[in-house]
Parts: sequence; structure tokens; C-alpha cells
Amino acid sequence: MLLGLDVPPITQLTNWPAFAFKGSSTFALNKVGLIYLMAMAITLLIFIIGGSRKKLVPHGIQNVAEVGIEFVRDQIVMQTMGSDGMTFLPYLTALFFFIFFSNIFEIIPFFQFPANARFAMPLVLALLTYLIYNVVGVVKQGPFTYIKNSIVPPGVPKLILPLVVIIELVSHFLVKPFSLMVRLFANMLAGHLILATFSVICTALFKKSIFVIILPFSFALLFALTGFEILVSFLQAFIFTILTAVYIGGTMHPEH
Amino acid sequence: MLHVLAAAAADNNAGLQTIGRGIVYGAAAIGPGIGIGLVVGNAITAMARQPESAGTVRTTMFLGIAFTEALALFGFVLAFILK
Repeated sequence: MLLGLDVPPITQLTNWPAFAFKGSSTFALNKVGLIYLMAMAITLLIFIIGGSRKKLVPHGIQNVAEVGIEFVRDQIVMQTMGSDGMTFLPYLTALFFFIFFSNIFEIIPFFQFPANARFAMPLVLALLTYLIYNVVGVVKQGPFTYIKNSIVPPGVPKLILPLVVIIELVSHFLVKPFSLMVRLFANMLAGHLILATFSVICTALFKKSIFVIILPFSFALLFALTGFEILVSFLQAFIFTILTAVYIGGTMHPEH
Repeated sequence: MLHVLAAAAADNNAGLQTIGRGIVYGAAAIGPGIGIGLVVGNAITAMARQPESAGTVRTTMFLGIAFTEALALFGFVLAFILK
């Protein structure tokens, strides 16, 4: 093309070779695994250290933990489930922080890969959500009432009821977990691809002598997009958590 | 149009395949683009009319964006899966 751009294929951007325990197929560790372990460790450390030395006037890590819990409580649990949902506050807080930290590695130098741009962990988290809201529905409403409430929406005319039941069945039991997974995964993958593309463009411009005048603009856009990716990391963690809360709240309090 | 695209992809012609992927993603982005515009526009109107309910409106807006955006992301993923 014009600049002789050499955009790498997608497998090269998302597949990482193992660097530890190479021989074993179960315990082989690559960059994605390392990022997940670090995200888990950071989440654990914040709440263990924040909870172990409780002071009346919080500062340091205790402050971070308290602000995080307060954010999840006020913006997510109270908005979607009400005070009944407080049982799920620990799970939702952990979920939020874990997703946020594994996303934010996208813009941290030397890692620069959002771990959720691989399929596996969003799938596991979405299945966990699926399991939780189904179990909550069965426990709170009883199995038959739960299925009836989730596939027969109130106030639908008898004539179009069969069609609505099929749509609701597919939507409730298939599309919800699937879209939850795809949303997180595809957003992070798209962000990663955009950053990679602009880095490649910047490198290509740097080599060509004439086009180097465009380089500042391209680099400024790369810089701005990196900032945008911080927002996206936060927003995707928030959206995943709030949708989990909405789904659990929906099966906890059925519409009449 | 879809079977034309599928035939083009089965042809193992890299150029046509790339065009097909572009069309898939481009077509998938039209509807959600309009949808997100509507959601955010109406949310801003609501916030401007009733600033005290801005918190609730913002949460609901993000939910609306997430549901609408999912359709565009299906297209994005499909563009990669398409062979």
C-alpha cells in the first residue's frame, strides 16, 4: 500500500508462547496467564491489606478498598438489586476489581495486552454469572415458577404468546451469557487491535523520510487512544459487573 | 448477499475475503451506531431536564449502550470467524 504497512496477522497479536513450565500442557504459563495471576494477586492484596489494619480514618490501601466497595455498593448493587442484593456485594466487588486489573494491563508498558482479549476468562466469568442467576432464581422462586416467570412476560396477549415464549427462552438461557462474554472479549480485542494498528502506523511513518511530518498527528492519536483505553477498561469492568447484578436482580425479584 | 459472500470466502481468494469481512463489520455497525446515538442523546436530554436524577439515568444509559453495542460486537467477532 501507500506506506508499505506491515500490519501483523491477528494470531501474532494474541498468541503468546509459554515462558515457564514449557513441557507441561496443564501448567505452562504465558503472558496471559501471568497477567491473570497478577490481577488476582493485586485484587487479593488490596482487600487483605485494606481489611487487616482497620483504622477510623482510612488512608493508603484501606482507602482504595473502601472507595471500591462503596462504589460497587452505591452504583451497582443499590441501583439494580436494592438492599436484598447485599449478599452479592463481595462477589461483585471481587469481579469488578479482577476484570478491571486484567484489562488495565493493556496500557501498562512491557505487558500491553488486555488479558480478557482471549476468550477463556470472559467465558468462565459469564458461565459463573449464568450459574448464579439460575440458582438464585430456582432457590427464590422454586423451579417451575422460575421457568414460567422467565419465559412468560406479564401482560402479553394470548395470540402472540407462543412467539414471545420462544424469543424469551432463547434470550434468557442462551443470548444473555453469550452476549455477556462477547461484549467483554470483543471490546478488549478491538481496543488492542486499534492500539497495535496505530503503533504499526507510527513505526512505518518513522522510517519513511517524507511522511515523517504526519508522525506527530499519528502519535497524538495513539496517545489519545491509550487514554481512551483506560476508560474502556474501567467501563467494561463496570458494565460486566452491573449486568451480572441486573441479571441476578431480575431472577431475585420477578416482574408480576 | 450472504451466500455471495460465503461463496467468495470459499473461493479462498484473499482479496474478496477481506472485502467480505469489511462488509460484515460495516453492515453490523450501522444499526448499533444509530441505536447508541439515540440512547445517549435521550439520556442527555433527561439529565438536562432533571439534573437530580442524573445518577440513575447514567447507570441506565450504560446498560442501554451495553445492550445495543453487543450487536456491533457480534459483527466484529463474526468478521474474524468468517472464512
